[in-house]
Amino acid sequence: MLSPVDDPGLLDGILRGDEKSFAELVTRYHPTLIRVAGYYVGDRATAEDVAQDTWVAVMRGVDRFEGRSSFKTWLLRICANRARTRGTGDRRMVPVDLAAEPSVPGSRFNDAGMWSEPPTPFTDLVDGRLDDQVVAAAVRRAIADLPEPHQTVVTLRDVEGLSTAEVARLLELTEANVRVIVHRGRARLRAELEVVMKGGRS
Amino acid sequence: MKLGVKDIVCQEAVELMSDYLDGSLSRRRRRRLERHLRACDACSAYLEQMRATIAATGQVGPEDLDPEALDGLVDLFRRFREGDRPGP
Repeated sequence: MLSPVDDPGLLDGILRGDEKSFAELVTRYHPTLIRVAGYYVGDRATAEDVAQDTWVAVMRGVDRFEGRSSFKTWLLRICANRARTRGTGDRRMVPVDLAAEPSVPGSRFNDAGMWSEPPTPFTDLVDGRLDDQVVAAAVRRAIADLPEPHQTVVTLRDVEGLSTAEVARLLELTEANVRVIVHRGRARLRAELEVVMKGGRS
Repeated sequence: MKLGVKDIVCQEAVELMSDYLDGSLSRRRRRRLERHLRACDACSAYLEQMRATIAATGQVGPEDLDPEALDGLVDLFRRFREGDRPGP
């Protein structure tokens, strides 16, 4: 398998007018742009519109990208800024639900708060039986089952690998709230993977 | 294991794992969690599951992209290049 070209390599391609480089970047980031835009504007059609505008801005400004941040960060900031402008008035100001939800159901602990039904390391459970695609499908499903803004926060933090601070900045959340949401999301994803690893769903 | 007043129980420990892995726990809480983990195989297993979960999440790759959206954007790129070539 060919190793994927990194973002700077693809940016060089865009500057040369290479369509394949552009298509590769779009494939990597367009769904995330739609997600970030959707966080601000609410409806899908407008979110797609904002994502497209973001690429136009990239075409116009790629020669001015100075590499002080990563391309990914630069791209997502352009998108969030545009979405904020477009979303004025109809931004879904849904309060973030931070109500306490246990990471693990209380039924798995005894009265003293110690495990009565302890977890088993995934490495012991799977023993090389599960392929990456099954795991990836389970993770995607678990992310899709999360409410918003949890889906977007977990996608940016753990799928895209952005820092807590960067996620907070993009989504105008406090870092503390990002940490709580990520914690909640990871707990749900872990629970889903545990079921899959035990062979309950695939 | 015998609990002291400063010790946390498993049910509390699991709520600290995400922040622990991100390095954002206070020093006091980190020490308490690490002491618990040294004594508790089940919570160590939970931590391993959490690490594996985060690693798996980082491997899922981009969501599926509508091929028409991709074609439309590449077309836009082509027209941009043809109509707006930077000068020498």
